[in-house]
This record gives sequence, structure tokens and C-alpha cells, in this order.
Amino acid sequence: MPSLKDLKNRIASVKATQKITKAMKMVAAAKLRRAQEAAEAARPYSQRMAAVLDNIAQAVGADDAAPRLMTGTGRDDTHLLIVCTAERGLCGGFNSQIARFARDHVRKLLAQGKTVKIICVGKKGFDILRREFASLIIDRVDLREVRKIGFENADRIGHKVIELFERGEFDVCTLFYSEFKSVISQVPTSQQLIPASAGPVAAERDSASAIYEYEPDAAAILTDLIPRNISVQIFRALLENVAGEMGAKMSAMDNATRNAGEMINKLTLNYNRQRQAQITKELIEIISGAEAL
Amino acid sequence: MVMADSFNFELVSPERLLLSAQVTEVVIPATEGEMTVMANHAPTMTTVKPGVVTVKMADGKSERFAVFGGFADILPAGCTLLAESAVHVDELDSTVLENRIAAVRAELEGAGDEKKTRLEQFIAELTKLGEVVIPA
Repeated sequence: MPSLKDLKNRIASVKATQKITKAMKMVAAAKLRRAQEAAEAARPYSQRMAAVLDNIAQAVGADDAAPRLMTGTGRDDTHLLIVCTAERGLCGGFNSQIARFARDHVRKLLAQGKTVKIICVGKKGFDILRREFASLIIDRVDLREVRKIGFENADRIGHKVIELFERGEFDVCTLFYSEFKSVISQVPTSQQLIPASAGPVAAERDSASAIYEYEPDAAAILTDLIPRNISVQIFRALLENVAGEMGAKMSAMDNATRNAGEMINKLTLNYNRQRQAQITKELIEIISGAEAL
Repeated sequence: MVMADSFNFELVSPERLLLSAQVTEVVIPATEGEMTVMANHAPTMTTVKPGVVTVKMADGKSERFAVFGGFADILPAGCTLLAESAVHVDELDSTVLENRIAAVRAELEGAGDEKKTRLEQFIAELTKLGEVVIPA
């Protein structure tokens, strides 16, 4: 049975923790709003990019002029996985969800006898995947110092990936991140980057939009466009991740605050009961002392 | 003189939508030479080199943006410029530009021949952009 003083200390400590989790929740809420705005602001670019790419891909068609980034190497022996997670913990199952999703994928590929290479973006994913696949991780990108993710960060990763591809280090590249559905729901998602899928080609497109003049020619634009599209996709994934991380952190901290509140109630009840018991005991002692006289 | 027809012009960078407005005329620094886009232009798609985009608004005002590469999608009904990165000329200063040039220079070290030519061209374009935009 803890003493009265112990209980008092316990309550004070839980109260302090509650203050911290409450503050973290509010910080996460503020950051979430900003992250959502950033994700929304980035949307027009990626949408237009997808539309334009679709258009050009159709113009170039199955032509031999299509760049290798689009057609792939024709093999799928070596897979490159880019796993994007958060840099910090304390956000519920957010990081482990992505890591688990990626891990299942790696296991499946390994079982099929493929070679797997991993690039980790974010410290947490690296920490988890390192346990099992330390030898497969070829690189990690640290974004801890980055306060607000800019396009340059994504662009740098994109360049790295393309460089690896040009050196023939892999055949298929897949991006793992968490899709931001809502504040309470983030879904781990994978997306194939290379070979770039042109998306479902709509057969019944109006032909008016297809007659374009290209300057320089379509293939040259496509060569210029695809690397850029890869960076854009990574950028989008990173932004979604930030929003998801903040959403997960907010609900995790909200839960923690609520738990702390419950604990404080329980401890306070206990404390009061014991105090009362002690007073009663003291009274009994005094009364029985007086009676004995 | 009859007022020129206006069309919708959008300038988008990966981070945000910079401008979406009715304009009468846009000058785009396309890779194969500057091009002026007016309403009812033939559908064209072109890559863009670093340079200044001059936009003439429907109300007669004119705005200038510095873009650092990208591409433009031109349709009779409108024009969209997807810039790798873009800023309003008023917000651009020489340190930003110098940083960019320094970054490209760093990349130049140890780059392959073909890439080297491309990067050198990029530096030249950036330097020229600086001369145009920033009064000495």
C-alpha cells in the first residue's frame, strides 16, 4: 500500500505528464493544419502534371522513342523500395504501420527470389527495418533538420533514384508512404514509380485535346518530364506523410491526455480515501486514549 | 484599337499556385526561344528554360515572374505553366540567385560530359536571368 506521500508524488507526476501531452496535442493540431494546407497547395501541380503526362504518353505511344524510365528495363529482378516514415515517434502506430506494410512486401519479394534494395526516408522507418533487413538498406535520407518540406528535398531523392536507375542498379522502384485519409485514418500505401505507369488510358478521349504541337519534339519533352514527375510524386508522398504524422500524433496525444486524466481521478480517489482513513484512525486513538484515563 | 481577347493563365509551382488570372498576353521563355502566347493559340506544349515570364493582365497591369525551368501547356482556351520553381520578380534578390548558381556549380563537379554541357547552359541562363531582373 503506497503511503500518502507517495500517492501525492504520483499525482503530481501524472499531472505534469498530462500537461506535456496536452501541449503536444495542440502543437500537432497546429502543425496538422499547416501540413494540410501545404498538401492542398501542392495538389494543382501534381494534377496538371499527371494530365500532361498522360497526354504526351499517348502522343508518343508505344514508340521506341519512349524513355526507359517509362518502359522499364524489361526485367523485374531487382526492386528498389523507398520507405517514407516520420522522423519522430510519439505518433501512435503511424511509423510501424508503414514499416510493417513495407516489410510484408519485402518478404514477398524475397520469397519470389528477387533482389531487394531499400532507401529509408525518415529515421523511424530506418530503425524498424534495420532490425530485419540491415543488409538491404542501401541509403537513408535524413529530414530531421528540415522544418518545412520543400520541393528541393523531394527533388534530391528523385535525382538519387534516377541516378541509380541509370547505373542499372534496379529494375522496379516502389514508393511506400502513408496516405492521409483523415485525422484519425492514415492508410499505408505503395505506388510504383519506375517504370512509370501512364495510368489507365482512356480510349474514348476527345481527339481535340490530342492534337498538340511539341516544342522540342514529344519524346524530348517526355524525357524531361518523367524525372520531374518522379520528384513530384515523392514530394506529394512526403507531404501526405507529414499530414498523416501530425494527425496520428494528435490522436495519440489526445488518448494519452485522456488516460492521464483517468489515472489522476483514480489516484485522487485513492488519496482521499487514505487520508480519511488516517484521520479516522487518529480520532480512534485519541478517543480510546481518553477513555482509558 | 480593339481590346485583345483574354484567356486564363495559371502559373503553378510544386509548392503552390502562384497565379491564376485572366490575361491578354504572356511571354514565356521557351527552350527554343521566347514565345508570346495570346488568346486562341494553337495547342502547344513546350519546355521552359530559366527566365522571366511577363504576364499582361486583362486589366492592363503587367506582372513579372522569374521561373527556373519547367514546361508550359498551351491550349486555345488557356495556358498553364508548370514551373520547377517560381517567384515574383519583386521577391527575387541576388543572394537567392547566387545560391542557386553555386548549387549547380557544385553539381557540375564530377558530372558526365553530356550533363556538364547542360548544367553549364543552365548556369548561363541563370546568370542572364540575374542580369535582366536585378539592376546592377
